[in-house]
Amino acid sequence: MAKPKVAFYWCASCGGCEETVVDLNEDLLKVAEAVDIVLWPVALDFKRKHIEALDDGEIAVSFINGAVRLEEQEEMVKLLRRKSGLVVAFGACAHLGGIPGLANFCSRETVFKWVYQESPSVDNPKQILPQEKVTENGHEFTLPEFYNTVRALDQVIDVDYYLPGCPPPPNLIAEAVNAILKGELPEKGSVLAPNIALCDTCPRKDSKPEKMSIKEFKRPWEVKIDPEKCFLVQGLFCYGPATRSGCGETCINANMPCRGCFGPVDGVIDQGAKALAMYVSMLGLEDEENLNEDEVAALVNKFADPAGTFYRFSLPSSLLRRRRMAGVGGGK
Amino acid sequence: MKKVTIDPITRLEGHGKIEIFLNDDGDCDRACLQIPELRGFEQFAIGRPAEEMPRITTMICGVCPTAHHMASAKALDDLFKVEPTPAAKKIRELMYNAFQAEDHILHFYFLGGPDFVVGPQAPAGERNVLGVIAKAGIETGGKVIQMRKGMRNVLRIIGGKPVMPSCALPGGVSKGINQEEQQKIIEAGEYAVEFCKLSLDIFDDIVLKNKDYVDLITGNVYAHNTYYMGMVDENNKVNFYDGMIRVVRPDGSEFAKFKPQDYLDHIREHVEPWTYVRFSFLKKVGWKGFVDGKESGVFRVAPLARLNASDGMATPLAQAAYEKMFEVLGGKPVHSTLAFHWARLVEALYASERVLELARDPEITSSDIVNLPTKTPKEGVGIVEAPRGTLIHHYQTDDNGILTKVNLIVATQNNSAAINMSVEKAAKALIKNGDVPEGIMNMIEMAFRAYDPCHACATHSLPGGTPIHVNVYDEKGELVKSLKRG
Repeated sequence: MAKPKVAFYWCASCGGCEETVVDLNEDLLKVAEAVDIVLWPVALDFKRKHIEALDDGEIAVSFINGAVRLEEQEEMVKLLRRKSGLVVAFGACAHLGGIPGLANFCSRETVFKWVYQESPSVDNPKQILPQEKVTENGHEFTLPEFYNTVRALDQVIDVDYYLPGCPPPPNLIAEAVNAILKGELPEKGSVLAPNIALCDTCPRKDSKPEKMSIKEFKRPWEVKIDPEKCFLVQGLFCYGPATRSGCGETCINANMPCRGCFGPVDGVIDQGAKALAMYVSMLGLEDEENLNEDEVAALVNKFADPAGTFYRFSLPSSLLRRRRMAGVGGGK
Repeated sequence: MKKVTIDPITRLEGHGKIEIFLNDDGDCDRACLQIPELRGFEQFAIGRPAEEMPRITTMICGVCPTAHHMASAKALDDLFKVEPTPAAKKIRELMYNAFQAEDHILHFYFLGGPDFVVGPQAPAGERNVLGVIAKAGIETGGKVIQMRKGMRNVLRIIGGKPVMPSCALPGGVSKGINQEEQQKIIEAGEYAVEFCKLSLDIFDDIVLKNKDYVDLITGNVYAHNTYYMGMVDENNKVNFYDGMIRVVRPDGSEFAKFKPQDYLDHIREHVEPWTYVRFSFLKKVGWKGFVDGKESGVFRVAPLARLNASDGMATPLAQAAYEKMFEVLGGKPVHSTLAFHWARLVEALYASERVLELARDPEITSSDIVNLPTKTPKEGVGIVEAPRGTLIHHYQTDDNGILTKVNLIVATQNNSAAINMSVEKAAKALIKNGDVPEGIMNMIEMAFRAYDPCHACATHSLPGGTPIHVNVYDEKGELVKSLKRG
């Protein structure tokens, strides 16, 4: 029997998802033996024509990481969708938009202005900006166009499964690959990680009270962080209550609170809104009636950067999607 | 006019594309490396709490997240004007050197190694990590994996996860090292030192004993007489984590030595319309175009530049390796781009020795790991030496520590002018009368791969060779030749 064909592809990503695949170590060799890898730009020649020549649906599964930012990325993922039986959104950027998705808070123009004109280290007396097409001494150069808006993978193509995390941990990758090879797959649209909140698997869960009451938010540099106690109890924002488990509690093991890279548990449409609701409900509950409006506002305002915190990894896939700006459409 | 496109097609946002334009005689008229990448981190960081930057900027690059994490940590120290505790400094430096050692070794075996160990003229199909292992021995291959596992476990112990660490805080780190972990780090360090020694021996046996390779290293095709920049300690020895930035002239004499906070007095960036990357140059010399020499502000960073800009290495074995390199290559500074590979191994040995030194330091298990800031934040600069060169993070905030301005100069930006020069020089030397030989792919690839540029994250790819696709078009835009390797 022919080995199942598998493709790996990257869009707007940092290479961390590739590193985590390489961190499979010996397991990577086992996977490579069991499948026929038809595309892996980091490791093999590109072969777009080769992909185009395949029958529709001939690739058993395509693992696609990174958000979608460029036209060529959009074309490529649409091609892979057509040629693949299954598409797995691999990692936080493909799943939710990821950190590069924070770019949806600003426009392409403001990025250009800072990087090429206003940055204190730039020396650009002629105010040159990179051009999609430019001719210099008869030599024509082209650069790809950037979309104004960063999108998660399922905003561009139909996605069958999601492997969450920044990056996805090697054990979840190995489990997903095994499930696919054996055909033991869950319902379409599933996130291939436990459907429980991180708080439920947190090594500090015993120190989390039944009823949370946060008197004051602290910044991580304002306190010596207790390595045993629930971060919320210490007044530190932790995304644990609104984040899916499965990461191996790696950040918590480094004594740092969660930032939500695994996305929400099933049924939550907007991770940021969920976190916001949860945190508002935790604010100084029992004293609420004793606080005046200014005191409540002060408590709320002590929370630095709610938008960038609650939507740290999920702005493109959220109900907000991007900041509204003159001349900036929702799609691109 | 003919146009040749070399598209590494490795990372569709981050990959570089080489364009070669031929003149009417069919010789190379102009060659450039274009970077079609821009993600705007500096802009979308505005409004974020400064202390989140070590956990945001790591996502600039999943290959070198630890470099951004650490540059960011140091920018936060400066921003909040807080000195990390002695133990915190050691833990950070330990983590950072573990990362340098692992990253350098990965580059040598997976990427740079194929050119030398297997040989520049070997068939493309053999010039990959498997070819390196075949020549150096299967046992060596196993040791590469073992060394890398050990060092990445150090990153896991300190930072939580090797890809995207979480531990940096202004004034220190979030987690200390216990004695059991210390023991594991010592073992990994011992293994790494031995492995790096072995790697230098392999380099000696296979590369230095082969006259063709030595000629290639010392030949003119890959040489540029540029300025060099690198971080040094109080004795002018190479340091990746902390110190002053030193710049030497093309003749090796000291040109400048400055504190990170003064970087704007020394570095400026030039903009070209045909690429998204900015080109660093020395402000006091000025931008004179893509040319080398004393009158041109182009400088180089990364392993060879650091060795050129320093007076040696702070650990004994690496110092001996440093002395040997300059002796064999005819004294300091060395201008040959291909010597970056050798310098990288010298640095990997230093980083491994430093891991071991720090791991054995009794203070490394101290629980005094953070000093809380007390001053109002305003502005901070943090610089570290990333594997690929000097990396600068510069933040400004409001009184509440919310970012108002962010300027980042990533390592490869500092080398981007020189990388373009190397590509053009190789293309001009190799392309004559319209003949674009098959070997050009490898030879030009060698020119930019020596820098380990982070644009093509395929620099850390499994089979080693950056897949390359060259299309040659005639003046009507018809495809006349297509070459592929990868």
